[in-house]
Amino acid sequence: MAQPRGGMVENRPIGNFVAHAILIVGVAIVAFPLWVTLVASTLSFDDIVHVPMPLLPGSHGASNYYHALVAGSERGSSAPVDRMLLNSLVVAVSVASGKIAISIISAFALVYFRFPLRNFFFWMIFVTLMLPVEVRIIPTYKVASDLHIVDTYAGLILPLFASATATFLFRQFFLTIPDELVEAARIDGAGPMRFFWDVVLPLSKTHMAALFVILFIYGWNQYLWPLLITSSESMYTVVIGIKRMIAGGDAANEWNIIMATAMLALMPPALVVVLMQKWFVKGLVETEK
Amino acid sequence: MAQEKRVVFKSAWLPYALLLPQLAITVVFFFWPAVQAIYYSFQVQDAFGLRTQFVWFQNFAYLFHDSHYLASFRVTAVFSLLVASLGISISLLLATMADHVVRGAVFYKTLLIWPYAVAPAIAGVLWAFLFAPTIGLITYFLRQVGIEWNWMVNERQAMLMVVIAATWKQISYNFLFFLAGLQSIPKSMIEAAAIDGAGPLRRFWTIVFPLLSPTTFFLLVVNIVYAFFDTFGVIDATTKGGPVEATQILVYKVYYDGVQAADLGGSSAQSVILMFIVISLTVVQFRFIERKVQY
Repeated sequence: MAQPRGGMVENRPIGNFVAHAILIVGVAIVAFPLWVTLVASTLSFDDIVHVPMPLLPGSHGASNYYHALVAGSERGSSAPVDRMLLNSLVVAVSVASGKIAISIISAFALVYFRFPLRNFFFWMIFVTLMLPVEVRIIPTYKVASDLHIVDTYAGLILPLFASATATFLFRQFFLTIPDELVEAARIDGAGPMRFFWDVVLPLSKTHMAALFVILFIYGWNQYLWPLLITSSESMYTVVIGIKRMIAGGDAANEWNIIMATAMLALMPPALVVVLMQKWFVKGLVETEK
Repeated sequence: MAQEKRVVFKSAWLPYALLLPQLAITVVFFFWPAVQAIYYSFQVQDAFGLRTQFVWFQNFAYLFHDSHYLASFRVTAVFSLLVASLGISISLLLATMADHVVRGAVFYKTLLIWPYAVAPAIAGVLWAFLFAPTIGLITYFLRQVGIEWNWMVNERQAMLMVVIAATWKQISYNFLFFLAGLQSIPKSMIEAAAIDGAGPLRRFWTIVFPLLSPTTFFLLVVNIVYAFFDTFGVIDATTKGGPVEATQILVYKVYYDGVQAADLGGSSAQSVILMFIVISLTVVQFRFIERKVQY
């Protein structure tokens, strides 16, 4: 926040009080589910089904997280999620870095070269902005199955590359790089790839960081696609794993383990958002322009 | 392409090589499936997938006479309008307050943006736990004030729960865009109005809100698209479209008919209809932005 308001506009204490009150209520409502999840992840199963459950943490945290992470649930209804967390990490990091890599070179080609069919390729790439993966989910599954990548990392990751947000962002940014830099590079006898490595890449660092944060969250939180493409437990991501833990009946679920798993599933992307807030906000606002 | 570089490099093959990875991915995982979806939507398969028959628009004609499909349209309309309007009004209120306070603004912002990071399916699980019919905390409080809560049988309560979960996740996104919009409004305009004796509410409705209208419109489209597609996880992890199809949004029905019921033709026809909806939303958004945003 650059400059909070106030200043010359009257700063009535009552107005300020109301603003803070509304914000505190808002923050409390937003945080309430997280707090309850955190508390439930430290309680025993009996504490939770004894209505109402306590609102302060209990002493079963270590055991719950141990069961969630490595041992599997006490009643055997769920598998350990350590492998699933690893899968989520692999998917999130690969989707983010892969998408950035293929987008930055294609944006470079579109901005810094003139060649036949350039406009055609431009529209081919940018039309993908229009259709979310959910719309073409079943035919995409068929393609993956023809390519024999069902239930593999390639199958989990590659189809998520097909979107132009990153290409669009890099293209917009490249257009703002002064032409003088290209002229200088050409006078020095530097070719296009030299210019790419020495000038374009270093200048793109902040955009890459911002995109990485957004795409990491996007990859980590994928749901429908991993649900279809994975069939063995060793390929599940943690978001899929947690869904499989919920059997149906509310009191029958092992909520203490489920809530510990939920914390494990939501902490990595939430920490990324909070700790890299600057990049996150930049990435979010710019990719949606 | 609107803008161009004056100075460019020359190479007969390099640009194609640089474009190749993205084009290959786009063709294989975007165009090919999209074309297949259209192709399947004109076909009917028998129950075992052994014989397929080309039937022109029969799948579409059937859909528009199918009361389940029409009900799913209504459900989607109600769901997305509730999610968009609730999310936008709550975020606008919070962003206006965060823009107003002098102290603690960064603190509030940090505490309001993290739900963006929560997967929709996880958001659904958290709220399903709070609203669980026998053990849920909110269910308990509601019972104390005489409201019997069970979303597993009550259709309205199921809808309300998925709306709350979906909105909760989206507030942070809307909040950030409103805050950015508010901070770009020239302070002098607000001060001029204050000098003219306009109170805070009047200033908001006559100056701030109109200046925010491009942001609001943008968020309206984004929120509707979000409610149409990204909320699949919320639904699938909680109500699974139930009870009695009360929360079966269109994208859930595409999945259910295509994957669970193995009706490839019908599901593909629904995908094609969804494609048209998203494309028209995007076109509306682009045309609006072209006209309105250069102020």
